[in-house]
Amino acid sequence: MLFPLRQIFLMGAVNLLAMTIAEKILARAAGKDNVEPGEIVEAEVDYVMLNDVTGLPAFEVFEKFGVEPIKEKVVLIQDHYVPNKDVASAEQAKAMRLFARKYGIENYYEVGVSGICHQVMIEDGFAAPGRLIIGADSHTCSYGALGAFSTGVGSTEAASAMALGSLWFRVPETMKLVVDGEPGRYVMGKDIILHIIGDIGVDGALYKSMEFYGKAIEDMSLADRISMANMAIEAGGKAGIFPPDEKVFSYLEGRVKGSYTPVYADENAEYIETLEYNAADIPPTVAKPYLPSNVAPAAELGDVAIDQAYLGSCTNGRIEDLRIAAEIMRDRKVHENVRMIVVPASKKVYEQAIEEGLVKVFLEANAYVSGPTCGACLGGYMGVLAKGERCISSTNRNFVGRMGHKDSEVYLANPAVVAASALKGRITDPRELS
Amino acid sequence: MRGRVWKFGANVDTDQIIPAEYLVTGDARELAKHVFEKARPGFAEKVRKGDILVADENFGCGSSREHAPRALIGAGISCVVAKSFARIFFRNAINIGLPVVECDVSAEDGDELEIDFEKGVIRNLTTNKSYVFKPLPEFLLNLLNSGGLVEYTKKRLSIYE
Ligand code: SF4
Repeated sequence: MLFPLRQIFLMGAVNLLAMTIAEKILARAAGKDNVEPGEIVEAEVDYVMLNDVTGLPAFEVFEKFGVEPIKEKVVLIQDHYVPNKDVASAEQAKAMRLFARKYGIENYYEVGVSGICHQVMIEDGFAAPGRLIIGADSHTCSYGALGAFSTGVGSTEAASAMALGSLWFRVPETMKLVVDGEPGRYVMGKDIILHIIGDIGVDGALYKSMEFYGKAIEDMSLADRISMANMAIEAGGKAGIFPPDEKVFSYLEGRVKGSYTPVYADENAEYIETLEYNAADIPPTVAKPYLPSNVAPAAELGDVAIDQAYLGSCTNGRIEDLRIAAEIMRDRKVHENVRMIVVPASKKVYEQAIEEGLVKVFLEANAYVSGPTCGACLGGYMGVLAKGERCISSTNRNFVGRMGHKDSEVYLANPAVVAASALKGRITDPRELS
Repeated sequence: MRGRVWKFGANVDTDQIIPAEYLVTGDARELAKHVFEKARPGFAEKVRKGDILVADENFGCGSSREHAPRALIGAGISCVVAKSFARIFFRNAINIGLPVVECDVSAEDGDELEIDFEKGVIRNLTTNKSYVFKPLPEFLLNLLNSGGLVEYTKKRLSIYE
């Protein structure tokens, strides 16, 4: 029945069916042949992820429905304030634990196995090409690096989706971002996305899906693509999607849950805007307070002294990030005026960092290394800044008071810049060291 | 709907609305005690029931925390009018029943606004100027009017039964 209809459309107006990746995934999940930007659809989600902060309000809402959750779609991850920072956060974590037990949720991540939620979603094979995933956390957009349509939602929405298995979506317009050229030494995905946000602004992609293409993107590691997709939200984007390739497929081997179908944009798909960049023009880049769009080359900020250097988070807490920082810090010491905090994004990253001897490098350099937690990234605990203090951070947000006191400052940068700055006690372009 | 204006600028982020260190409760009234604590000290004490927030672009950017619109509801805010909204904040607000209007309005702290959601008109009673806005799509208007996503979900679940 559906097939002949599609044929008619094809004959009538080819453009009607040309869709971007976001449109195709939403159409499939809504059980439709075709969707258009601006349309509101009800779509079936593959997974609903919640963390300890957004979980509690969602569980309270969920109990009003008086049904069982659709268990296999629910993923619960303790990461923001665990190990518990205080009694209130202990209660929050307990609420998640009890919810998981009450309904027999299998995909529950307790302290000791968990990590930062987005890293776990990727590492444990929930994120995969073509999937529609929602998470009650704004950086859920990270899984676009693997070709999924994933986006952050609120707690009430997550509760509703746990009950119904579906949620309303406004089909976003799609922007095409083409990054060609060869990036220079110590230029990472982080620098490219900071550069793009600096260019288009923190609302430059508001309500939109961003699709990434070009040679620099094809050559880029999956880890760097994750950093970029992660920060789509910092441009206001609903999703940041990369067409899945061999790197994604081989990463997923032996790790992905279930099967998946890669989705690609049609050749004549319509983009609301196309922007082109050359990676060779982008230096190691830093976003100054108080917006991720407030960018400058690291080399121009050499006068900015720092009190803390933070390496971690869902943006840049992967093994690749720790490796590049360790390479810079090997046989060197953190500057006497700086505390450096290193937080691997997950248990698996932590284990691998120990195996590869990276943790030893950090410890020998006098950095503090902890198990995975969101902690300092959101000014929660374990690395909170005092009044007037300044931190160079591999995270994604530098808003007023993000990591502590309202008069503290956060500078966002890639892991190499964070490492080099920790050694020098001021913001440093890592090329200065070699 | 009528209310007194609190004026904010562009890119008011969720960390300003409710700082992360208070994200250990989902209770709207508890959260409201700390609303805008860092960005505008004293707001929580002075805000009155029915007050309206007016802001520039990208209101509510940052985290997905529903705590942000909840804190505003807890503080008695009746509506947020902004040139544009961050996506998740916009969704959250509608889903939990906080009216949001996308409209470019000039207003100062203390001005009196009147909002007609059906006609899509905002009147600044202090300056005597009117502004038109595009009412929400039908689906979202229904969602808002039927009490938000909780009621909507309950209805859907009862249809399934
Ligand atoms: S690491 Fe930071 S940005 Fe990422 S999920 Fe945790 S708090 Fe959010």
